[in-house]
Amino acid sequence: MALGDFLLRFENVGKEFYGNRVLKNVSFNLEKGKIIGLVGENGAGKSTMMKILFGMNDIIETGGYEGKIYLDGAEINFQNPMDALNAGIGMVHQEFSLIPGFTSTENIMLNRELLNESIISKILGKKLSTLDRPQMRKNAEDAINTLGVKIPPDMLVSEMPVGHKQFLEIAREIDRKQVKLLVLDEPTAVLTESEAEILISAMRKLAERGISIIFISHRLQEIIDVCDSIIVLRDGEIVKDTPSKDVTIIQIAEWMVGRGMGGEKQKRAKSADNDDDIIMEIQNLWVDMPGEYVHDVSLKVRRGEILGIGGLAGQGKLGFPNGIMGLFPAGGKVVYNGKDLPLNIPKKSLDAGIAFVSEDRRGVGLLLDEPIYWNIAFASMQVHNKYLKRIFGGLLLRQEKEMRESAKQYMKQLEIRCTSENQKVKELSGGNQQKICLAKAFDLEPELLFVSEPTRGIDIGAKSLVLEALKKYNKENKTTIVMISSELEELRSICDRIAIVSEGKISGILDAAELSTNFGLLMANIKLDERKVDCNG
Amino acid sequence: MAKNKTIIRDFLAKNIVIILFLLISGIAIPYSQYSGQHLVQEVVTRLGRDSFLVLALLLPVMAGMGINFGLALGAFSGQIALILVTSWQVPGVAGMFLAMALSAPISILLGSLAGAILNRAKGREMITSFVLGFFMTGIYQFVVIICMGSIIPIHDPNNLLLLSKGFGVRNAIQLTQTKGAFDMFFDKLLGVPISIGGVHFPLFSFVIIGVLCGLTVWFRKTKMGQEMRAIGQDMGVSATAGINVDKTRIIAMIVSTTLAGFGQLISIQNIGTLSTYAGTDSLALYAAAALLVGGATVNKASIPNVFIGTALFHLMFIVMPLAANNILGSAVIGEYSRTFISYTVVAASLVLHAWNRNRDKERERLTMSNHG
Amino acid sequence: MASMQNFIKKVGIARFIIAAFLLFMLIIAPFAGLRLDLTISDMITRFGMYSVLILSLIPMIQSGCGLNFGLPLGVIAGTFGAVCSLELQLKGYAGLFAAMIIGTIVAIIIGYLYGKLLNMVKGDEMMIATYVGFASVAFMSIVWVVLPFKNPHLILGYGGNGMRQTINLDVYWMNKLSDILVIKIGPYFKFQTGMFLFFALMCFLVWGFFKTKTGTAMTAVGSNPDYARAAGIDVDKIRTLSVVLSTVIAAIGIVVYAQSFGFIQLYTAPVNHTFSTIAAILIGGAAINKASIKNVIIGGFLSFGILYLAPVVINSTIKLDIADVVRLLVSNGMILYALTRKER
Repeated sequence: MALGDFLLRFENVGKEFYGNRVLKNVSFNLEKGKIIGLVGENGAGKSTMMKILFGMNDIIETGGYEGKIYLDGAEINFQNPMDALNAGIGMVHQEFSLIPGFTSTENIMLNRELLNESIISKILGKKLSTLDRPQMRKNAEDAINTLGVKIPPDMLVSEMPVGHKQFLEIAREIDRKQVKLLVLDEPTAVLTESEAEILISAMRKLAERGISIIFISHRLQEIIDVCDSIIVLRDGEIVKDTPSKDVTIIQIAEWMVGRGMGGEKQKRAKSADNDDDIIMEIQNLWVDMPGEYVHDVSLKVRRGEILGIGGLAGQGKLGFPNGIMGLFPAGGKVVYNGKDLPLNIPKKSLDAGIAFVSEDRRGVGLLLDEPIYWNIAFASMQVHNKYLKRIFGGLLLRQEKEMRESAKQYMKQLEIRCTSENQKVKELSGGNQQKICLAKAFDLEPELLFVSEPTRGIDIGAKSLVLEALKKYNKENKTTIVMISSELEELRSICDRIAIVSEGKISGILDAAELSTNFGLLMANIKLDERKVDCNG
Repeated sequence: MAKNKTIIRDFLAKNIVIILFLLISGIAIPYSQYSGQHLVQEVVTRLGRDSFLVLALLLPVMAGMGINFGLALGAFSGQIALILVTSWQVPGVAGMFLAMALSAPISILLGSLAGAILNRAKGREMITSFVLGFFMTGIYQFVVIICMGSIIPIHDPNNLLLLSKGFGVRNAIQLTQTKGAFDMFFDKLLGVPISIGGVHFPLFSFVIIGVLCGLTVWFRKTKMGQEMRAIGQDMGVSATAGINVDKTRIIAMIVSTTLAGFGQLISIQNIGTLSTYAGTDSLALYAAAALLVGGATVNKASIPNVFIGTALFHLMFIVMPLAANNILGSAVIGEYSRTFISYTVVAASLVLHAWNRNRDKERERLTMSNHG
Repeated sequence: MASMQNFIKKVGIARFIIAAFLLFMLIIAPFAGLRLDLTISDMITRFGMYSVLILSLIPMIQSGCGLNFGLPLGVIAGTFGAVCSLELQLKGYAGLFAAMIIGTIVAIIIGYLYGKLLNMVKGDEMMIATYVGFASVAFMSIVWVVLPFKNPHLILGYGGNGMRQTINLDVYWMNKLSDILVIKIGPYFKFQTGMFLFFALMCFLVWGFFKTKTGTAMTAVGSNPDYARAAGIDVDKIRTLSVVLSTVIAAIGIVVYAQSFGFIQLYTAPVNHTFSTIAAILIGGAAINKASIKNVIIGGFLSFGILYLAPVVINSTIKLDIADVVRLLVSNGMILYALTRKER
């Protein structure tokens, strides 16, 4: 087919970030008026693909991309999102871009308001023309009606339920007269079932009008229902490009995670085979962590095991440890070593012997302006009164020398590359910063250790060192480890069992050696039948 | 029943400042023993004198920059212009309009500077504009004490403007030619003082203020006004939509500073004397207190707030010293009280604003989590 | 040349300019008809007078509460303590320490309330502190008018008219601190050793505090409150503690200032020290969330040196009184610079 028949065409698009390859040889076509589903795990490359399409800053500043992209027959290479918008590409994100004190109409028409020209505006500039509110209202109503929802055009966004806001985002994109392509990133995540149905039919209507849609979602049933074709990304490459007719969910899940069989992996000498010795039991936990809400998680953690928690981004796996450690509001019941653990008070969790390596290294995990030895020693100083000497029978004085000695030991053990224990942490690489976070947690000598995204954003060498250190710590100190990670393979390499969190709940727990496909299904929130599932809690 | 309680509580929380203020004023007014007509006259005069300055605060609030505590910057432009105009001996209304025209470019310059500085201090606009106001006082004094008469030629045949050493402006300048130029404009035109029920109305000043109100209402309906409203609520979303946030903020500061310049000129022509070195320190405070007493908040202010607030605030200001004297036997207590009330009004509003902002963030978070 | 550039970068361009300017003024001074020994003596004394006040800023900066624009609150506490000590007719060292102790007690109460307020308004601390400070000074002015004290040195007339604006300390405890181990060289040079020894003592106490478990926690709270919270620290409690400490040290600081100055200043005086003190610690290299004793000493010396010297020298040479202009430009300019620096 000739180039002009397609609305959008990717040709061998690739992207490398400082030596890390995230996208390779991505090629596909999208015709006018067709809906294509884009499926993949975290880190598979979906967001990078969209960022490239949209001309986002972090793509351009890191050397651009390889390959070519064609829109409506012409090659494009957007240098900023405004250019993409003006060329007719609209993008609806998961984080709403709405002004709370403005009405539906004002938000839909934001910065594209219809103006009344006047003498003043002719002399002093277009910006001083008054708004043509009646016409704006009509445009907004049209856009909203196209979607088939009922949203009052004069309603303030601050008073709207979440579902309305999602539709408003889409209405804004389709109001642009020149919109040709719409990218929807997990639009049904915040919608109720009925709202999701409305959205699906709205998508069909838009496609009938000739607008092409890229639909990114983890809800595989929706993908099958509404898309004309489906692309599955895995590890930065397209592993499947197929029309959606006759495709099953299980097939998609398989493509998503690959055909990794159990048994290939070296079977770990399991430390705990059953539920006889439970170190922590969680019942109906909810956590209000923006972007990673946990709705109802129940789980039993076996003493001495390495338990993995996986799942797609935004599904709640990160909210889980943050809630237990009191960093975000949480509720429910947590029993630790037979005793009730009070929630929302970090000190209680720490005193009980639980430690946490946060996924937010720079935000929560480190004191960037302070030296290495401070970062490592601080928590255990405050929690266990380590590195303190009592004088005058009351005051506790910091013992710098001991702090330094301790830091030096960890520096050696974890191979932290730095000039000395005095170096400010902000000067270190990501990998070394992560090792310091680990050292801080180890120094607390915890009984139960939560580690969240331990290898995110660090180089290969540091990755394996961190994982080895965790394995070793678990073996030597009998510390129970709960590891939260987006990378399924990583979890399978060191965990005994893996629980998958989907839409704020545990969708299943499997032995780490299970088929990858099954994990993929759990991530897509498909319940596995009893035969295959080793679920508890 | 419980819902009614929260409604009452919310109403109190939002309006506690005005309520307390009205309470205190209500007690003080009868004790001051001023006559009703005297009070009305005072309020009318001060509305004519000061509401323009309070109006100057509106745009930065709309643009999300909070109270422009650097209002003094505009006042400095106005004063410098007025000194020059007085030295050129341009009389009456012509002199005033000339001063306004002259102050505008200076205000634009200072406003751009203020806007650029505040853009580098996002999230800390109010304290920064506060400090900037004092910094500019230094520059203004430098210009007026050293440059005027030396580098800036001042025509001063009668030694009314400059100090005896030949440069540096005097502490107080009598504005013989421009005093009351606006206030009495229609009076002079018609040949008879304009008063209703014994209360004199500075009609022309009110006309000018009315024009500004009209312009403000019109501005809100324009695209630029819409952009300013947008950035005032969420800079990130506005930027994503393609609005030039930084530029819009600078424009808000330029307009505010220019209006402050005009407002200061109106104020000075009413008083009739220019106090070269005094009075600018509390300028922003009184304007802010007036606006806040009128029901405005740090991120929402409208024209009714300006007039209600100015009237109420100045009413309190007038009655306190005499009331305190009659109740407690000391006028000095009254003076300190009104200063105390002014500061407390602003402080309380700032605290409420911060507290509400934190509470709104909580609420937002809760709505997002309850969906599933 | 490269080492000169390195030196400037290490010291900081602002500090370098001010130090150079200061040196320049000192060199001109004799030619302007000023006695060098008197000038230097006054310069050093000025720094000493403000030293403890500047020191008081450290706890709140370290805990992330920002620059203490509410300094007047601590000054009010100390002033009240001083006035009480006079009402009790205490002279000499007794009077001095009574002032400090009473001031401290009042400062703890005021500081506690002030701290609770600041915790409610995280993010807007500086602006609110400024206005709370001003409001409190106005309120205190009313108190000064109605306070039923009897000491004739304190009150106007024969009573019933409130307190005086300035109260002379020469009969009570003027220079009691400064005169300890005072070093006099010639008729003009006077090094007030006692005052500096006291400052050193306060520095030692502050330094010691930040070495304790709580002090270490306070530093972490200012460096990254989320990190501190994750480590189990009660961030609000630490912040309140820092506000109490700052207010107490400020109360003591104003007593040190008053004994050297020779007068207690009431009514609107407490607001006058805020900006120059804050500017001083900033000139010394402090950031909005990090300050050290080094910043206090260097900044105090440089900024109060310039604030004193520049107007005096310029007045002697060009016969122009620009003390106000210099103060406004230097102090506020420095604070503006700090407020507009990019955060991490």
